[in-house]
Amino acid sequence: MTTTGKVRVATIWLSGCSGCHMSFLDQDERLIDLAQKIQLVYSPIADIKQFPENVDVTLIEGALANEEQLAMLKTARARSKILISLGDCAVTGNVTALRNAWHRSDQEVLERAYLDKSDLNPQRPDQVPKLLVKARPLHEAVKVDFFIPGCPPSADLINYVLTELLAGRTPNMEGRSKYG
Amino acid sequence: MSIGTVKLKIDGVEVTVPEGTMILKAAKDNGIIIPTLCSLEGLTAYGGCRICLVEISGSPKLFPACITSVSTGMAVTTNSEKLKEYRKMAVQMLLAERTHICSVCVADEHCELQDMANQLGVDHVMFERNWSRDEIDSTHDFLVIDRNRCILCTRCIRVCDQIEGVHTLDLKLRGKDSQVIMDLDEHWANSCSCTSCRKCAKVCPVGAIYIEGEPIGHTKRKDIAEFILTRRNRK
Repeated sequence: MTTTGKVRVATIWLSGCSGCHMSFLDQDERLIDLAQKIQLVYSPIADIKQFPENVDVTLIEGALANEEQLAMLKTARARSKILISLGDCAVTGNVTALRNAWHRSDQEVLERAYLDKSDLNPQRPDQVPKLLVKARPLHEAVKVDFFIPGCPPSADLINYVLTELLAGRTPNMEGRSKYG
Repeated sequence: MSIGTVKLKIDGVEVTVPEGTMILKAAKDNGIIIPTLCSLEGLTAYGGCRICLVEISGSPKLFPACITSVSTGMAVTTNSEKLKEYRKMAVQMLLAERTHICSVCVADEHCELQDMANQLGVDHVMFERNWSRDEIDSTHDFLVIDRNRCILCTRCIRVCDQIEGVHTLDLKLRGKDSQVIMDLDEHWANSCSCTSCRKCAKVCPVGAIYIEGEPIGHTKRKDIAEFILTRRNRK
């Protein structure tokens, strides 16, 4: 917590469709209450370049799919007190992990997406980070403290978890969580 | 004690059931539901899913309730922290064994494996997954099998053999490599024994066997075996 008394919250967007962030925004007017209590220190919806130090809660959307994301995830883990997997891609791999069952190299995966399946202007991507062999859920790489499932998770569920954490309680996911 | 019955304790409650009754049935008849995935009323027991494991006092082992018969003086525990942990582990192993991606599965929200995960509070899988790429057979007019979603419960095989009486379906290979096959490993369209009765799709607990173009909530019918047997036995 900062001297302003606000809880420092970050959100990260890895390999996902941004639907989980849309659901975060779907908290609607509850965001106004939330804004009294939190400071958004890093997020795709805030223009901040570097992941800061001393973050209280980090919510991460998306599966872990390339080396840049792995480095980002490790940084976030090291600098956050509580790390939360937000949504099915982060929790299970979900749609991002569909390529895993194909069992091909990163180059073949990229060629399939950007050359074979391209409708317009097919070109080999040469500036994207190297793909990991498999798209993975976050907890296979770092310790994850809470899992918010759903594709996307409901705004109510996200709000519940944040409200409980802000009140200093441990969210009770029993009966609230749905696998996959 | 009258002849042919057995007295035992299930979760501290004394119950009397016919000799030879399996613990799962004895518990159910006395209002205690033990969770399970492979067992189905009307079919023979298989003991494959390991979700119905129970503790029996005096033994350090866990016993599958569906294939362990009652005995006099037995004290069974069907619900404990230890059992919950083992059941959660079994569900996670099933989720890790093949390629289960709920959001692209026909059975999403109508899936017994998913329900079981929710019931037991499995919110993530701690094991590394295999990402199987097994054969999908959609050659039949309307029945489809996606073996990547199969949990090898063998309900389809048992209903095909024991209720429909044709034994089109069976298993090949062993362990995690096991595959449900038609006849002598034919494509479904080439199966000469399949009567296209749909019972396999009705009892499949997951999205492995389904009917093309039909909402899965409409297809599933867990009571089909028991229902048919009851009707047949009516005099």
